[in-house]
Amino acid sequence: MATTTQDSSLDATQAALLAKVQPAELHEQPLVTNDRDFNWVTDKICRIVETKTPTWWWICMAVALMTASFTGLGLLWLVSSGVGVWGLANPINWGWAIVNFVFWIGIGHAGTLISAVLCLLKQGWRTSINRAAEAMTIFAVVCAGIFPLFHVGRVWFAWWLFPIPNSNVIWPQFRSPLEWDVFAVSTYGTVSVLFWYMGMIPDLGVLRDRAVQRLKAGAYEGSNAMAKKMAEGMDIFRKNFYAIFAMGWRNAGNHWRNYEMAYLVLAGLSTPLVLSVHTIVSFDFALAVLPGWHTTIFPPYFVAGAIFSGFGMVLTLMLPLRALYSLHDLITQRHIDNMCKICLGTGSIVGYAYIMEFFIAWYGANPYESFAFINRAFGQYWWAYIMMFSCNVFTPQLFWFKKVRENTALVWIMSIFINVGMWFERFVITVTSLANDFLPSSWGYYSPTMVDILTFFGTFGLFSVLFLLFLRFLPLMPIAEVKFVMPQADPHGHHGHEKGDHH
Amino acid sequence: MSEKYGIIASFPDTPSFFHAAEKVRDAGYKKWDTYSSFPVHGMPAAQGQSRSKVPIFTFFGGITGFCLGLGMVWYMNAFNYPLIIRGQPFFSPVFPFPIMYELTILLSAFGTLGGMFITNLLPQHYNPLFNSDTFLEVAGDRLVIAIEARDGKYDTVATRRFLEEIGGTDIEEVSA
Repeated sequence: MATTTQDSSLDATQAALLAKVQPAELHEQPLVTNDRDFNWVTDKICRIVETKTPTWWWICMAVALMTASFTGLGLLWLVSSGVGVWGLANPINWGWAIVNFVFWIGIGHAGTLISAVLCLLKQGWRTSINRAAEAMTIFAVVCAGIFPLFHVGRVWFAWWLFPIPNSNVIWPQFRSPLEWDVFAVSTYGTVSVLFWYMGMIPDLGVLRDRAVQRLKAGAYEGSNAMAKKMAEGMDIFRKNFYAIFAMGWRNAGNHWRNYEMAYLVLAGLSTPLVLSVHTIVSFDFALAVLPGWHTTIFPPYFVAGAIFSGFGMVLTLMLPLRALYSLHDLITQRHIDNMCKICLGTGSIVGYAYIMEFFIAWYGANPYESFAFINRAFGQYWWAYIMMFSCNVFTPQLFWFKKVRENTALVWIMSIFINVGMWFERFVITVTSLANDFLPSSWGYYSPTMVDILTFFGTFGLFSVLFLLFLRFLPLMPIAEVKFVMPQADPHGHHGHEKGDHH
Repeated sequence: MSEKYGIIASFPDTPSFFHAAEKVRDAGYKKWDTYSSFPVHGMPAAQGQSRSKVPIFTFFGGITGFCLGLGMVWYMNAFNYPLIIRGQPFFSPVFPFPIMYELTILLSAFGTLGGMFITNLLPQHYNPLFNSDTFLEVAGDRLVIAIEARDGKYDTVATRRFLEEIGGTDIEEVSA
């Protein structure tokens, strides 16, 4: 639009100049490819939840439930015998539980970044991935919450963390960063759910209306009367289930006006929130007077790492989904490119932070600090440091190459490396700083027990169970937002440029 | 209450829908709305609507959250049961800042969602528009303008002719 007004106001010299330099026409890659229409988008996304449950879903669900049972058993074992069944031993009193907590919370950050920060930055490409990424955030927070909750030891006293007087009428004390963390994480979980839910209301309305349409038409296909009855019954369930949560949404212009404002405000609220959450998580470490933890670089370094790991997880989840549901027209190469580039950017920040930590350890001339860092890279946990450094610093650098970004299988494998690397980063930070503390007589070597390993392994099952349920019952992509970025939605009729808008 | 809820008309594409909305606004109708399965850029202005009131709810939510955080920390740690921890002050506006910050965001978010529901008059259990099969297609790609019978300018014949003139198709009356 801006270019057209400029064109008309060009004077002769400018026109001559433009004719001379012959500016290249830049085409923005379309966000929905193959010139699809609105109905195609609605159908594509709604049919994921409306058609018969695919066999692979049941298989994945069975595997996920079995995996999740490891967490259940691990926690049962822990609660019935005590935190001693974990590998914690003085001086390493923060082991896998904290590592896993920070790992999962970090994963969640990409969801909020996509839904909030990219919304404020008007990045249209966020639309097709933001719903799934927000779901990922919420499920990751659920997995994260388990660890500190059970790490308190007597989980039945976990309510002491909340601002209600405990059995001795003592309040929580707010001078501890751990208490700030309770507020940060619970606010983060709650606001993420609110944002996710509000974004879903119009799409739930669509699913409701489609169920009503099918019930009115009444034409159910099926091999026998039983199958038809089942299909009809499912639609009655859908009509009522989605109607409750859609709250009577009817796509009115007035609804959209308030909804869009609320969406923008929530994006504006979630942006400082997501930055604060991992900042406060990093305070858990940074406020301790322990070499290796006590550094001012932690808040930005943790936030960058969180976004890095989160985008890794988004790629891990979305690439298989794209193939399974043939979503290639909605999650295009442009989306993958952009996600890879964010991994590259944040991965480079993380790499810079690793190196800067070393520089400061040397430049600060504090012998304890220098020891902590030399020990981190060359001490007894050198293998963890190598894992961290190679996965987080070298892997994303491959995303500079277009050939790599276009190789979906390779991108997927690299996204797994990112996840692994980021887990090791938290392990390195937590364990190496504790294992070799101020008193060499108490130095130890930390190893997790089977209970540690199974509890953590099981959270992937729990995450998958929740994500599979999301796939089956809720719209995977925000239908309204995807339509909004399509050229047909332009009220000023720039429909003709099928390649998308000009810049 | 009249027998009829109003008249609905459909429009073939977003530009014609958008311009039709401007014409309905200019014709002086008040009780009407546009219906599309996606937000149309600039539609509030085309409908002659003012800026959304949702941020007011956000603001009051945020103020409540901030004061709650500040008051809570003071009451619990400095007034009701002061605990001596590492010689730190019982109260200061600095250390509880993360608490105030998070509660501000939390209650602002609840205010925003609640404000969206209140300004949209949701949840709503029943709306006559859903009786129309044509209207249900808004969920797909149909673009609809509905003028309600309770509008002062509403007239069954004249309004129908007006909707035809501005390019509306599939015009039908919806019963209340």
